[in-house]
Amino acid sequence: MAKRRFDLKALPGFTTIAVICFVALYLPIIILVAYAFNAATSTSEWGGFSLKWFASAWNNDQVIDATIRSFQIAVLAATFATIAATMAALATTRTKAYRGLTFKYAFINQPLMVPEIVTAVALLIFFSRIKVWTGYAGLGYLIGAHTAFCIPFAYLPIRARLESMDLTLERAAADLYATPFKAFRRVTLPLLWPGILAGFMLAFVISLDDVVITNFVKLGGQDTLPTYMLGQIRRGITPEINAISTAFLLLSILIVTLFFFASRKRD
Amino acid sequence: MASAQETALSAERQDIRNRWLLSAPALIIILLAAIGPLFIVLIYSFLAAGPYGDVEWKFSTDGWISVFLQRDIFDDTLSFADAHLAIFWRSVKLSIGTTLLTIVFGFPTAYFIATRPERTREMWLFLITIPFWTNLLIRTFAILQIIRNEGIINTLLIKAGFINQPIQILFTDTAIMIGMVYVYLPLMVLPLYASMEKLDFRLVEAGYDLYASRFAVLRRIIFPLVKPGVIAGSILVFIPSLGAYVTPSLLGGGKNMMLGNLIELQFGQGRNWPLGSAISITLMAIVMIALLAYVRNAGSSEVRHG
Amino acid sequence: MNWKTTAPAIGLALLASTGLARAEGELNIYNWGNYTSPDVIKKFEEKYKVKVTITDYDSNDTALAKVRQGGTGFDIAIPSQTYVPIWIEEGLVQETDPSTMENFKNVAPEWANPEFDPGRKFTVPWAWGTIGVVVNTDAYKGPADSWSIIFNTPDELKGKVNVVPEMGDVMFAAIMYLGGEQCTDDKALLKKVRDMLVAAKPNWVAMEYNTIERMGAGDFKATSDWNGSALRQRLAHPEIHFNYPKEGFGMWSDNVVVLKEAKNVENAKLFQNFIMDPENAAGLSAFHRYANAISGSEKYMPDDMKDAPEVVIPADAKPHGELQKMCSPETQALYTKIWTELQK
Repeated sequence: MAKRRFDLKALPGFTTIAVICFVALYLPIIILVAYAFNAATSTSEWGGFSLKWFASAWNNDQVIDATIRSFQIAVLAATFATIAATMAALATTRTKAYRGLTFKYAFINQPLMVPEIVTAVALLIFFSRIKVWTGYAGLGYLIGAHTAFCIPFAYLPIRARLESMDLTLERAAADLYATPFKAFRRVTLPLLWPGILAGFMLAFVISLDDVVITNFVKLGGQDTLPTYMLGQIRRGITPEINAISTAFLLLSILIVTLFFFASRKRD
Repeated sequence: MASAQETALSAERQDIRNRWLLSAPALIIILLAAIGPLFIVLIYSFLAAGPYGDVEWKFSTDGWISVFLQRDIFDDTLSFADAHLAIFWRSVKLSIGTTLLTIVFGFPTAYFIATRPERTREMWLFLITIPFWTNLLIRTFAILQIIRNEGIINTLLIKAGFINQPIQILFTDTAIMIGMVYVYLPLMVLPLYASMEKLDFRLVEAGYDLYASRFAVLRRIIFPLVKPGVIAGSILVFIPSLGAYVTPSLLGGGKNMMLGNLIELQFGQGRNWPLGSAISITLMAIVMIALLAYVRNAGSSEVRHG
Repeated sequence: MNWKTTAPAIGLALLASTGLARAEGELNIYNWGNYTSPDVIKKFEEKYKVKVTITDYDSNDTALAKVRQGGTGFDIAIPSQTYVPIWIEEGLVQETDPSTMENFKNVAPEWANPEFDPGRKFTVPWAWGTIGVVVNTDAYKGPADSWSIIFNTPDELKGKVNVVPEMGDVMFAAIMYLGGEQCTDDKALLKKVRDMLVAAKPNWVAMEYNTIERMGAGDFKATSDWNGSALRQRLAHPEIHFNYPKEGFGMWSDNVVVLKEAKNVENAKLFQNFIMDPENAAGLSAFHRYANAISGSEKYMPDDMKDAPEVVIPADAKPHGELQKMCSPETQALYTKIWTELQK
């Protein structure tokens, strides 16, 4: 059925604002990329074209390690957080109030309410005890801490999606399919997908950007890109980081483009 | 009859048990890595400050008292801690401003994405988040490049003849807002999109026929439907901006503290961990109460709308 | 110290130390960001067959808080002189007796027995520097060897001054400017300090750390700053100059300590000894751009640092310099209150 979309132009200004938003989001990124090619040692003064910061970043083990570690933690933490948040969202929506529901809601959103520095200090004290008891000194602490503060960021979009979802389809599915699991997989999950994707993306970005908690929880040799950068502010930041960011931007845009064309072919 | 009632009751109990099981992983992770450690902070707020940071294991209410009261260092009089209140008020103002602006810019953007052809929507979502895959500090420095006195905005305005002198945007509250709106925009757009994506546009169309006014369609049909998204987005933007700390210090010039800086000062150079702990718990309590009231309120009005 | 006589001795000592110490394994360094010369580390790694891992911190307080909790896995940290007594008092560091080490004889006499670590039982100097006033002479041509640039800003610089937000440094400078003693708890003076700071703040454009970029781009025309940072600014922009305030300027020094919980103590000691070698010390300086307290390192210093006025304090300014001390907890609490009031 060719469903006619509500004419976009019926809401004047919306498209304009959206376009302004996209331009505004990418303007700093263009500047950031431009300075990756700066010949001078500055992220704000242009000194001619050069590729030297790409070479320098490539040869800087500390920076490469930190970048890879950042992505590693972000992927794992965002995945765990999204799974936990999806389950929690299913458990806390579309039901009449039961005892503990409000409590759960407040509990899940708690990591949002405390300034990072407080969680950071608390985790520092807490994890150091665990470290002394168990002797474990791996990336687990960072992944655990990131998962925890990513959960509300994944939970809220998923919950919002669930709340505005139509129940009729699911009821029909429940009648049709034998098991609730099948009904969930075939009907609820696809319907929920945009929420899950939004939640995952938020969690991923939040983990990737975290400075304060990571700075306190990290152990020897566990610098992430943000904590590495934090240490550099006082001493001047070189365009090396611009070069790294540019490389990863190109990579991610490439991946998104591939996805786009792949999904087009499927149609 | 009695047995039917019993089965219904036990089914309900079963349902609630399942719901607890489903939420268990999230609750456990948060308990272990966020709430549990906070009990340490609660305990610390009732201890005495150690001479060089940390705490001494002696009971003391000094931390709590100095959240609200201050002893003047010069004439020893006790007065209300107006410095803390001023900092709190500035943070609240900037956070509210940031939240409103992200709605103003985020709502049309989310609407735009939700009205794209289905197969390209995910790509648009990626386009929104990709800028945030770059490092926060570098990105902030790039924003700084735009709003400096010799930056793009001022240069364009001068060339266009609107102004003669550059406007000082950098290192002002305006700069903090610009930076925070930038950083938090996806936190508004994504939840909005998630609740909008399923919006039945036939309803909108019908409404358009009915009300004729575009604004009425927006207000009466679209907005109530995407309310859960607005609520989620507002929470995600407002609360973190209260404790924000990197953007204010880099773009705002760090001359005026925000709550995040105040608390950080106590755990850092100020060496008053009990005070830092007490301020954080006060903040958390206020936010928690506000949040629950907000959600309850928003929830009940939703029921009214049907 | 005469280089010709010490060089062979150091050469021999180096030879001897390679022969004696065959430490193999790891070394975990916890240091300020962008502060550790990769070249010197590579040299150390190759010489002792040790894998060095560097992790960054951003402030003395973060480093202290983390190490105090324990279980960090670090062997070495590099706290500033105001914090060293705390690290020692709290039992966080090991007595490695650097004064008995092979290369200790290279330590400049004025740094061999510092107040913060009498007899150098724990620490080895990493870098030292000063805190003064940096001015862009295109914007202001008047005399700048005074804290008045910051606290009583001349008209040309109003709204263009930055202050690096280190509470201790700002309080030190303000007290000096008003003729007090560092770490003073004289309330009458502190009241004047507070009033002066509050009155001066409207003339400041910012209070932030990123001075190299902002001075270079011209967003700031003057700032309080560390000397090594000022050196970098002048090398990129000759019109930017570092000044030693005549009312008194602060000096600082960062020092290498071996943590009590270190797992690689022998390697850590080797490292302490290693960086007291003049050539290695100069290598560190070439990267972090500060002086190093090792006599004989002058020869190996990069040319642009050898006579740089930022690194070598001019004779007429020298008497005004004073090593900043750790203030008592009570005084610190007073300062925090003034600071909070300043930034409210």
